[in-house]
This record gives sequence, C-alpha cells and structure tokens, in this order.
Amino acid sequence: MTFNNSDPVTVSFAGLDMEGIYINASGENAVVKLKSGYNICVPKSAVTPRDGAEAPSKPAAVPLEQNEKLPLLSIISTGGTIASTVDYRTGAVSSKFTAEDILRSIPELAEIARYRTLQPYNILSENMNPEMWQELARTIYNEILAGSKGIIVTHGTDTMLYSAAAVSFMLDTTVPVIFVGAQRSADRPSSDNAINAICSAQTGVSELGEVVVCMHSTSSDTSCSLHRATRVRKNHTSRRDAFQSIGRDAVGTVSYPDGKVVLADDAVKRGENSLVLKAELEPACGLLTYYPGMNPAVLDAFKGYKGLVIAGTGLGHTGTDCIEKIAALTAAGTTVVMTSQCMAGSVCDRVYETGRYLLDAGVIEAGNMLPEVALVKLMWVLANAEAKDVKRLMQTNLKGELDVDIRGEN
Amino acid sequence: MDYEALGLKAGIEIHQQLNTKEKLFCHSPTVIRDSDEHFGVVQRYLRVATSEMGDVDRAAQEETMQHRLFTYYTYDTTGLVEIDEEPPAPLNREALDIVLTIAKMFDMTPLPEIHTMRKMIVDGSATSGFQRTALVALNGKIADTCRIETVAVEEEACQRVEDTIFSVDRLGIPLIEITTAPCMKTPEEVHDVAQYIGMTLRSTGRVKRGLGTIRQDVNVSIADGARVEIKGVQELDLIAEVVRREVQRQLSLLAIRDELLARNALVNGEVYDVTKVFAETKSNVLKKAKCILGTVLHGFAGLVGTEIQPGRRLGSEMSDYAKKCGVGGLFHTDELPAYGVTEEEVHILKETLGAGEQDAVIIVAATEQKCRCAMKMIIRRAKMAFDGVPEETRKMLEGGSTAYMRPLPGAARMYPETDVLPVPVSDEYFEAIRMLELLTDKVKRFASEYGMDDGMARQMAYSEQLPLFERAVAEGIRPVFAARTILASLKEANRADGAGIISDDAVIGVMKAVEAGNAAKEAIIDILTACAKGLSVKDAIAKVAPAFSRDELQELARGIVSERVDFIKERGKAALGPVMGVVMKEVRGRIDGKVVSEVLNDELNRIM
Repeated sequence: MTFNNSDPVTVSFAGLDMEGIYINASGENAVVKLKSGYNICVPKSAVTPRDGAEAPSKPAAVPLEQNEKLPLLSIISTGGTIASTVDYRTGAVSSKFTAEDILRSIPELAEIARYRTLQPYNILSENMNPEMWQELARTIYNEILAGSKGIIVTHGTDTMLYSAAAVSFMLDTTVPVIFVGAQRSADRPSSDNAINAICSAQTGVSELGEVVVCMHSTSSDTSCSLHRATRVRKNHTSRRDAFQSIGRDAVGTVSYPDGKVVLADDAVKRGENSLVLKAELEPACGLLTYYPGMNPAVLDAFKGYKGLVIAGTGLGHTGTDCIEKIAALTAAGTTVVMTSQCMAGSVCDRVYETGRYLLDAGVIEAGNMLPEVALVKLMWVLANAEAKDVKRLMQTNLKGELDVDIRGEN
Repeated sequence: MDYEALGLKAGIEIHQQLNTKEKLFCHSPTVIRDSDEHFGVVQRYLRVATSEMGDVDRAAQEETMQHRLFTYYTYDTTGLVEIDEEPPAPLNREALDIVLTIAKMFDMTPLPEIHTMRKMIVDGSATSGFQRTALVALNGKIADTCRIETVAVEEEACQRVEDTIFSVDRLGIPLIEITTAPCMKTPEEVHDVAQYIGMTLRSTGRVKRGLGTIRQDVNVSIADGARVEIKGVQELDLIAEVVRREVQRQLSLLAIRDELLARNALVNGEVYDVTKVFAETKSNVLKKAKCILGTVLHGFAGLVGTEIQPGRRLGSEMSDYAKKCGVGGLFHTDELPAYGVTEEEVHILKETLGAGEQDAVIIVAATEQKCRCAMKMIIRRAKMAFDGVPEETRKMLEGGSTAYMRPLPGAARMYPETDVLPVPVSDEYFEAIRMLELLTDKVKRFASEYGMDDGMARQMAYSEQLPLFERAVAEGIRPVFAARTILASLKEANRADGAGIISDDAVIGVMKAVEAGNAAKEAIIDILTACAKGLSVKDAIAKVAPAFSRDELQELARGIVSERVDFIKERGKAALGPVMGVVMKEVRGRIDGKVVSEVLNDELNRIM
C-alpha cells in the first residue's frame, strides 16, 4: 500500500486505532501525524487508508496590501534560512519560501515601505557560484534603474559575504543594497528572520548608499548591525550575531523595535556615487589556505588559473618549499595574491626571509583584505582591467576592502 | 456529591524531571541555579510560526497578542542550546532509557522510531518558542480501571523569575510526560492514580526529587460541561480538591447559562467611550487611565458577581480574558460602588449606557488600544456564557481554584524538529530493559524478608538513601541495622554543626566496623560526625572511640571488681547493675554493652 503526503489514514498499533494524516515513509516504517499533532513512526503494515475524511487543505494565501505612499523597495530572494521551511523529502530544512511569503509572514514590513519582489533563484547559499553573483548584480542594477529606493537581498548566511562583496565590486550603487539572512530557521518563533528583515527595510529607506550585510548585533533581539560588504565575516556557525566587521566598526546600526538607523561618519551615503554596473567576473580563480606540511604539489591544481589567493600564515607566508611552485604559477600568468589566515591585520612580506622570497616569486600583498574578499576582487579585477593594472588595482582601496592603498616599493 | 452521576471524566498528565547527568538536547548539567548567580542576559521576542500544514495554533496566537520582550538569565552551567543559538545535540540516551524503563513498567508498546517534535509555546518560557517532545510508547495499564495513553520524553521549560524574566537553568532538563485516558470518575480516584504513577516513577530511582520536580496537569469535564485542562498542580494533596472545585465551577457556569437563557439575556457587543463619566473620579485606577471603555451585558445583573468557585466569579473569568491585552483587569457593576468608584458614578455610567436593572456594565481602563482589545476579549467571554463551559487551558491558583490561561491548543502547535534525527528503538533494545521492583513491593519485601516493621520498611523504601541501603545489604550488612543507621544515625550526623558530606563509602565502612566488633554501636553517630568533618573511617574511630578489646575489658573489669569484693559478696547478683554502671562510664561507645555485660558476669561469677 502506498500513500501520499496528507492522505487520511488509520494507524493500528499497540492495540489502538488512531486517526491521522500520512506524512512520509521512513525506511520500513511510516510517519503519520496524529490528531494531537504528534508525528509517530509505526511499521508500514500498521497504516491503512481512512475513508470519508478530507485531507486538510492549506488556507488560501492572504492578498498583499501595500501602502502606495511609502517608498519603493525591492526584495530579491535567493533562498537560505530566512526563507526556509521543513522539507518532507529529507525531513530537514530547505528554502522554499518566496519573497512574497516573507512579506506575508512579517506584516510590519508593510508599514515601512512598499515592495516589489523578485526571485532570480532559490537555493541554499552553499550552492551559489560566480554566475549567480553576476545575475544578482544585474538584477539589482535593473531594479535601481526601475526606480527602487533600496534593495534587500535575502540570502543564505554561509556564503553571504562572498555575494555581498562581489556585488560591491560589480556595482556602483546610488541606493542602499542590503544583504540579509537568518541564522535560526524561519519556522521557529524565535527566528531572527523577522527582526533582521525589518531592520533591513529600515536601512532600505535610510540615507545609506552602499552594500551592507544586516544581521543581529548581539544574541539579543534589540538591534542589528550594518556591516560593510567588503569587511564582514561569518564568525560563528550558529549564533545570531555571527556576522562581524573585521578591522573596523560596523558602518551603522538599526535599533529594534523603534527602527532608528544610525550611520557611521564614513558610511557611503545615498546618491554619493553614480550608478554603474561592471558585471564581468573571471571565474578561473581559486582560494587556498596554506597549512604546515602542505605538499607543494597542491599548487599544481591551480595551473592554468588566472588568479589564486593564498591565505597564508601570520604576516602572509607559506613554507619555503612552496616558493618554487608559486614562482612557476606567476611565470605562467597566474596572478597570486597573499592574504592572512589571521583575518585581522595586514600582510607584510618584507619582514621575514620567506616573505621576501614570496615577493620575488611575484606574489602580490593584499594588505588587510579578507581572503574571501580578495578572491572576489581578484575575479573582478582580472575581468575588468588590463594585465598591467592588476597589481595596482588589487592594492588600491576600491570599496572599503583595504584600509589604505598599498605603497609601491619602487 | 455524586460525581459519577454528574458524568465526571478526568485524566491526568504527569510531568516528572529525570535525574540525568546532561540535559535532553545538550550537554549542560541538569542543575537548578539561584537566579542571583546569573552572569549573562539575552533579550528576545517571540512570533507565532505557521505549522507545516499552513495553519496557526489559536493558543499561540492569543499568547502573542502583546509584543513582549522576554529577558533570559544564563549561567556558567548553561550553553548555547538553551538560548537557541545552536542546533540541539542528539537525543539524550540516558533519558530515553529511563522513559523506556517506565514504559515497560506500565506494560506499554514502544514506537519503533522516536520522532522529536516542536510543541509551540510562545509565553516566553522556552527561548526557541517551542518545547521539544517525542512520543516514546503507547497504551499502558494502571491498576484495573485506568489506562495510560502515551508516554513522551520532553524538555523542561524555563523557570519564571518574574513577569517576562526567565531563567534558562531549568530549560532542557529531561521530563517524562505520562498521559492517562480520561478514565477517572471521582476526585479521589484522580488522587490515587496520580499517587500510583508518582510511586512508579520513584521506583526507578532515576527521577529528580523535591518541590517542582513533578507537576500534574488535570483534564476535567462533566456531562454538558467541557474539557478543561488545569496546569501545574505541584502538590499531590491538592489534586482532588482541584477536581472538586472544577466540577463546582462547571456546574455554576451551567447554572448561569440556564439563568441567562431564562432571562433572554443579550450581548450585543457595543462598546462606548465612558472616559468623561469618570473625569472627576476618586478611583486611583480610573483617574490615571487615558481611556475608559464600557459595554452593557443585558440580563447579566447579579450573575457577573456570582461565585463559581472559591474566590472566583464570572467577572474573574472575563477579567482573565481581558488581561491578555495587557490591561490590569476590569470593573463590573455587580461589585460597584467600590474601589473608589461612587454610587453616583455608577448611576451616571448606567444611565449613559442605557443599562437597566437586569443589566451589568463592564468597564476597562488603559490606553485606547489596550481597552479596545480587552473589550473584544470580554465580549467574547460574555458570549461564551450562553454555551456554559468553554474549553480552556487553565492554571492552578493557591488553594485549588483556577484562572484562565489560553484556549486548548490544537494540532497546529506541533511541528517536526528538523534538527534532530529519529532514534530507532529495536525490539532487542526494549527487551533488554530491566524491569524494576515497585516501591510498594519493596515495602512488603523489607517487612517479610528483613523483618522490618511496616513503618521502617516504608520509610526505607521511599528514602532518598534507598540505593545506599540496598548496597549495604548487598555487602552483607544486616538489613535492620543498616536501615536504622541510615534513617536515624546518619540523619543525625548530617545535622551536626559544620557537617560536610558523608560519603556512602564512609557509611558502609562504619557499619562494617561495627558488625566486625571494631567499633561500638553506641558510637556510630559520633564516628559519622567525625567523618562528616573530613576524617577517614579508620581515623574517626581511632579519634572518637578507639575500640576496646575483650582482653582490655577483662582487665578493666577485674580491677573494678577486685576493688568492690565486699559490696559484691553482700549484694550477690544484684551487684551487676551498679558495677556495670562503673565499667560503662569508662568504655561507653568503645565496646558493645552486651559484651560488657557478658564479661562482667563472668568476673562476678568468678569471685562469688
């Protein structure tokens, strides 16, 4: 006997007959939702169809009401925890929520702005790739052209910093572009999704004019921080305040529930830049974390790549036995950029001998750029600049990714 | 009262904390802390989440009518799971093992896979907004008359410190939830079944003890009434009274319904702003209010103030509903004039609203938004009076009366816990679980096998020190001696000034020394007290009461006897008592009195 999800069934087990709704199979067993709401798992043979009962139908979606007097924001939904719900195929959480579902489940958003919703794709963020970043940048650009006063991108938190940094380099924006996600799933009453979304909408109608990540400031629900997209990292696997600015303070905070947005003096303001899209990226770039004892042959895997970012130790080192291979890569035309695993602080390859050898091998020091940010910047620079300008651009602060432009030695 | 004739049906849900090393879904210890020791604070809001079937639980919806900021205290014994900052660890097997043991003792059938659910609770008592719970076994027996429907393993909720402040130390301690069928027909039967289940739980020796570690919820209905779930009865002795008072409440509500129908009463739901009526009022509550709203309940006069159970009126029920909106309560004309409201104000109020003799007027005072919300709830509850008894979840008040908490929850509050994998329970695993002796059976066995009197047998079986007693017996110590030492001597030693912890090993060691004749029975308390101050058993005996050997005693006795030869010859056998007194003065607590008497008898015989 096979059943479909939501079929009315009777479970005969432990000497009892119980009415329920079929949920799914679990190996040799069947999962049935009882009238009490509990799911129980019983042998398949204990489940029989039940007549005369209608499967409960999902309540009709409430139509969205928007206040036409409020500014227009765009919500671009790409998936992730902020838009996740249970998936009965796997029993785990997957992202099936649309931008409209987000508006429906967070009614406070309608008091802040009116919204246009788009969904270029709906995936968990570990499945993102550079093509999707490009598509995202084009979508945002078109929304701004079409009159949107702010862009909210809902995104899985795992790779949010890559997407946000990539959009930063591809797009000179005139309006706030806010990446927002949730660390705790939207199907729990304690989810951080609603407050993060409300704070990002408040940011959307604020005076900000750059790309930021908007997530909880602390474990409490009382404020969100706005992190510059090129200076942010996810520093915890699960906490609400996982996102932190590295090497600088957040560019703004939004308090909840009053929705007050406070921007740092050096935050880029609305309209400060003109709208420009340069959405080309060079995808043949890699990121390698050096570790003690690493076989130099690992570097051979990057032969033929246009660019390689190394997250080196300390001030920016690899073992000396790697230098020959690195020199071979640069000689063959691969741009090799050195960042540090330390995350905070700048690379300096002039202090120790190894560093000097690395510089001789053609490695470009990336200052205090975060390794992930250096990767997407390298993709962008390689696709948008002539070869002779690559080093200079990598060492020039374009979008706040560097504290200062790096001085040439000669 | 003839409860069976009234059609009383009652069932209970028992929640008992399990004494596991770690919490149900994280590795924190299961210890309760003093809230003053908290070192961290987290503040959160909770929102109602939609069930996976797409609907919203009505009880949860009502709990979130106010957007409340909850404060949570954290401790150095709590972690990220308790503040919902980390996915849960796999289900604690120690807890599951205890629950399966209990299921087996009730002759239940385990489910082949345990699926954890989230039961939505948005009153702030769970940081996540839900309590994790999983059905473990179905359909068991209690005595001949009653049935257990389910046992589940679930997480304990936070302890409320005050209002919206909670403490997360208790959150996540494993609980067993035992749900009976509605098979009890009298209040006394409810008490007896609860007591039996409690005894069975304690028979495992693996549940927590003390106030608040066990809670009973009672489901009560009578014919023509409705199912009402009363939460949080902590004392077993009150449970029958709670049932009696609920029956009384349901009967009163039915009587009110009949009277309302007879009077052709009417709730038209119209709400009036009466703020101006009280512009000059002396009532403190009304004076401060930004807004006062009123409504007329036609034909309700006298009924709003009718007592329905001790300390509770229909008006209290309406007030409970209104409080959901954040107002402090309500005033009704059955109780006015009072609280600073004058007769004249009542007169003007009634006149303004066009209320007659037979009508009751209800007013609430707060901000306009809160008042509107409260009025809606009051009118809803007033309309329910025409149906008699509403289905509700209620909470117990001191003494056994109850107050409204929220609607009965529905299936929509349950959602699968996606972060926890199902746990298989194989037939082999369940069969291998050891059945345990019930405490009631232990009492009988202690009396028949060990020759204890009933009082001692019961006291020992129900004592927290039962494991120590059983160990002592297993190690060959005479049961009655062991029981007396543990129940009396140990207790006294524990009470001594500056007493630390006396280890089980020490207690066993002292008992063994006494049984071997190396220490005197009379010195047990002193030796244990010395142990409590940190001495080893050997050192304690040496310090407090160095044992006196039979040879040493003989020497001492011979000396004392030889000094009193004339006296002994004069008195004969009657001299034993006085001489014994002299010897005992020297050796009390160092050698058994029986031995002293034996040795002395020999010495007396020698010279007579």
